[in-house]
Amino acid sequence: MTRRFLSLAAAAMLIAAACQAQATPTVGPTATPTAPPAATPTAPPATATPEPTPAGPTPIASIGAGEGELNIIIWPGYAEEGLNEPAYDWIHPFETETGCQVTTKEAATSDEMVQLLRQGGGTVYDGLSASGDASNRLIEGGDLAAVDPSIFPDFNDIWPPLQSPAHNTVDGVHYGVSHGWGANLLMWNTDVVTTAPDSWSVVFDANSPYKGKVTAYDSPIYIADAALYLSFARPDLGITDPYELTQAQLDASVEILKDQKTVVGKYWSYYGDQITDFENGDSVLGTTWPYQVTVLKGEEVPIEAGLPREGATGWADSWMMSANAKHPNCMLMWMAWMITPETQQQVAEYFGEAPANIKACDLIETSPGPWGYQGFCADQHASDPDYAARIKFWKTPSTDCGDARGKTCTDYSVWTQKWAEIKG
Amino acid sequence: MGAHAGRIVLRLAAGGVLVFLYIPLAIIVLYAFNDAKSQSWPIEAFSLRWFGVALGNAKVRDAFLLSFQAALGATTIALLLGSAAAFAVHRFRFFGRDTISFLVVLPLALPGIVTGMALNSAINFGIERGGPSFGLITIIVGHATFCIVVVYNNVIARLRRIPRSMEEASMDLGADSWQTFRYVTLPAIATALVAGGLLAFALSWDEIIVTTFTAGTDETLPVWIFSNFRLPNFRPVVNVVALFLILLSAIPVYAAARLTGGSGQVGTR
Amino acid sequence: MSAATSAGPGGTLTGLRRGVASALHRRPRLQLGLLLTPPLAWLGVIYLGSLAVLFLSAFWRLDPDTTQIVQEPSLVNFETLANTEVYRVIALRTIGIAAAVTITDAALAFPLAYYMARVASPRVRNLLFIAVLMPLWSSYLVRVYSWRIILSEEGPLNWLLGLVGLSGPGFGEISIWLVFSYIWLPYMILPVYAGLERIPASLLEASGDLGAHGLTTLRRVVVPLAFPAIVAGSIFTFSLTLGDYITPQLVSSTQFIGNVVYSNVGVAGNLPFAAAFATVPVMVMAVYLIGARRLGAFEAL
Repeated sequence: MTRRFLSLAAAAMLIAAACQAQATPTVGPTATPTAPPAATPTAPPATATPEPTPAGPTPIASIGAGEGELNIIIWPGYAEEGLNEPAYDWIHPFETETGCQVTTKEAATSDEMVQLLRQGGGTVYDGLSASGDASNRLIEGGDLAAVDPSIFPDFNDIWPPLQSPAHNTVDGVHYGVSHGWGANLLMWNTDVVTTAPDSWSVVFDANSPYKGKVTAYDSPIYIADAALYLSFARPDLGITDPYELTQAQLDASVEILKDQKTVVGKYWSYYGDQITDFENGDSVLGTTWPYQVTVLKGEEVPIEAGLPREGATGWADSWMMSANAKHPNCMLMWMAWMITPETQQQVAEYFGEAPANIKACDLIETSPGPWGYQGFCADQHASDPDYAARIKFWKTPSTDCGDARGKTCTDYSVWTQKWAEIKG
Repeated sequence: MGAHAGRIVLRLAAGGVLVFLYIPLAIIVLYAFNDAKSQSWPIEAFSLRWFGVALGNAKVRDAFLLSFQAALGATTIALLLGSAAAFAVHRFRFFGRDTISFLVVLPLALPGIVTGMALNSAINFGIERGGPSFGLITIIVGHATFCIVVVYNNVIARLRRIPRSMEEASMDLGADSWQTFRYVTLPAIATALVAGGLLAFALSWDEIIVTTFTAGTDETLPVWIFSNFRLPNFRPVVNVVALFLILLSAIPVYAAARLTGGSGQVGTR
Repeated sequence: MSAATSAGPGGTLTGLRRGVASALHRRPRLQLGLLLTPPLAWLGVIYLGSLAVLFLSAFWRLDPDTTQIVQEPSLVNFETLANTEVYRVIALRTIGIAAAVTITDAALAFPLAYYMARVASPRVRNLLFIAVLMPLWSSYLVRVYSWRIILSEEGPLNWLLGLVGLSGPGFGEISIWLVFSYIWLPYMILPVYAGLERIPASLLEASGDLGAHGLTTLRRVVVPLAFPAIVAGSIFTFSLTLGDYITPQLVSSTQFIGNVVYSNVGVAGNLPFAAAFATVPVMVMAVYLIGARRLGAFEAL
């Protein structure tokens, strides 16, 4: 054991030696990049043309034989094998039917999903369940395979607004199939927060009585939650879309998030952390996904959740395939599998979201699973366009405001930096 | 204040630090026997039921196996490369000799995240050129990189203590260089190899940061713990696994205590 | 001797081995090459190569629209680092907590190490030695996990403090300081113990004979002599705290340098910025080590 620190000490000593010896040019390696590496070598920098698939990608139009394996990036709860609740298992039946062994990798944020999908040049993972703020970044980056949706037998049963939405279909080319959608809810501990809040104002109150027990989602995209709230609380700012913010609108949102920081105890990005924090009483109020609500209610933690009057941010997710997938056929089979009414019922009940395939609702009505019930789809507003309109689905902010304001909006890299500032 | 009073204060302070060191471990041991899934204190009922659940959890067994394979692989490579480097530095004079010790120690001296990022980029670079994808092999590569140093340090310290005359005597008596290595050098460095190997194994076994960057979808035991101790349904299983890990740590501690003869050699090389 | 002449596969194998051995013995350069090539290839080419590319990438940048890396050399990441206040705050916080942890550990380690080295009987000393090693060998994550239980709202600490009407620190900078101090404490105890053990007993006796009080001896003789060992231990407590991101993430929402680096590389895919920020702890450690070397910490190991 003593050796462990001895070796570290030796390391220390050697670094010190190396630093001192810097004056004399040694051939040996230097630890610290003191001198900037002499720019790029002689070869002219190949000015980053991240070669997307050539213009007008040909959509994949058939599913071949499976490769026996499938690696996918998922939101927690999107691919279950019955470990949490034996009734909810749609991995094993898929494996039996297709012979594709499924390995899943959970991601906590859309950013993490993008980063993971690009590992190994897109060869490590075959596909993902992307939200709108990841999907368009990936389509633009040429990371996804174009797919002809008619190869999925259940495609026509998908709720029409979700068949070719902007977050998975660009210029008429499909890059994925819709999975489901829902809203980021406001959750509170009913023992502590005794009057049910109906506005997001409670989480942005700098004088909150719940100081130190408020929680928020740890991702730059959460800035949109503040912007959405401001679009009601500060109409003078003229926020029309929480993802299309001018510098002034962004600054105002960042301002209330900095105020919020003074009452936040812990931010969450990993859903398990939020579950633990609500269970232990470390958090009592804040934004959440329906999945945590379901789990916490199952654990009989006294919580309640709802959609505040301002509406909410939300997600509409799609299963999409990597352009360089090593197991493309298994991925396509998985996409087909995920939109069958039976699987859609399981996911919707398990995660607590509206299924994309409306036929799943009939199944839930006639034979609900342990976490489902009659009227589930009505509660989720599964085919209610008015409700869907109140939800601002995640998308990637870009300089292009998408309206008359032109290119005056703030892009996601600015949001990312602002988020680091907010967290301090 | 008299010497006697001073001694009592010292005793109390030392005892206090010892208690501080052990309370968190005791808490883990207690929670492994917690009947409830919740973590609230005080524990209301004790049971052994989670031991069975933990044993039956296939993911835990897979993670355990993967950790074991990774540690074994990394240790093997570290033993080979670490002792090769130690012999080279000890036996020969060559250009850049002084930088070898520095090079070897760098992966452990830099923050884990730096080593992790560097290896992750390298693996990504390799994959696009037909190299191995994320999995057992890349985990072993990552762990071996920072394990080499512990073997190197142990072996070179021992080599410096073996009188050169022993090997010369062996050669004078007619042994060839292989026999000299086999019957003189190897026995002399055997305990150093064991100590270095043990350390390398332990470093690999406990590693999380570098693993995060090199494992892909595969889960070693620390990675499994990291993602599961925040989930209510798996927390009791994590408690049991944690207890198990604490018990396992007695093996290397015992071996280390034996190898160093207790206190005598701390800090000496 | 007979092995070489006897027939059979065993014999040829032994003969072959001896042949190779003596051939190698006659060619020391070849022997050196065989010994040195594998570790050099591994560490010198693969590891150093990827490290070099990593730090080179600090001079690249991320295209905000496609989130792809653009390989044009620029100082944009370093400019962002220098001009954004929050990164300065995070760097200073990280360094500050690392320093606080180091001081705390030195204060905690000293009495136990002194007791082990100068008071305890050999048997007790051996037991204490094992007792210090045990927590060091137990899994890092397990120990952090335990502190999460201890510090949580309904955890043991709040329960205990609640008996006297107080409440614990919750999850913030205090909890980070506490947990780091705990995790790295053995790394301080061991070198300090080794340093104290090396002080000749005669020195302490001489101090007493010359009329120095116990405390005076401690202050004027023991601490100065043990100081290099404390600095040696501080290298671990300081550098390990500086580079960590797991503990801050698990016991607080406070950002360390490592957290920003991780969220840039592991989440946002902004490797260039992550690499740029990662140079900060590397630089700080280099300065720290040069200072430690001046204080004689390396001779104390």
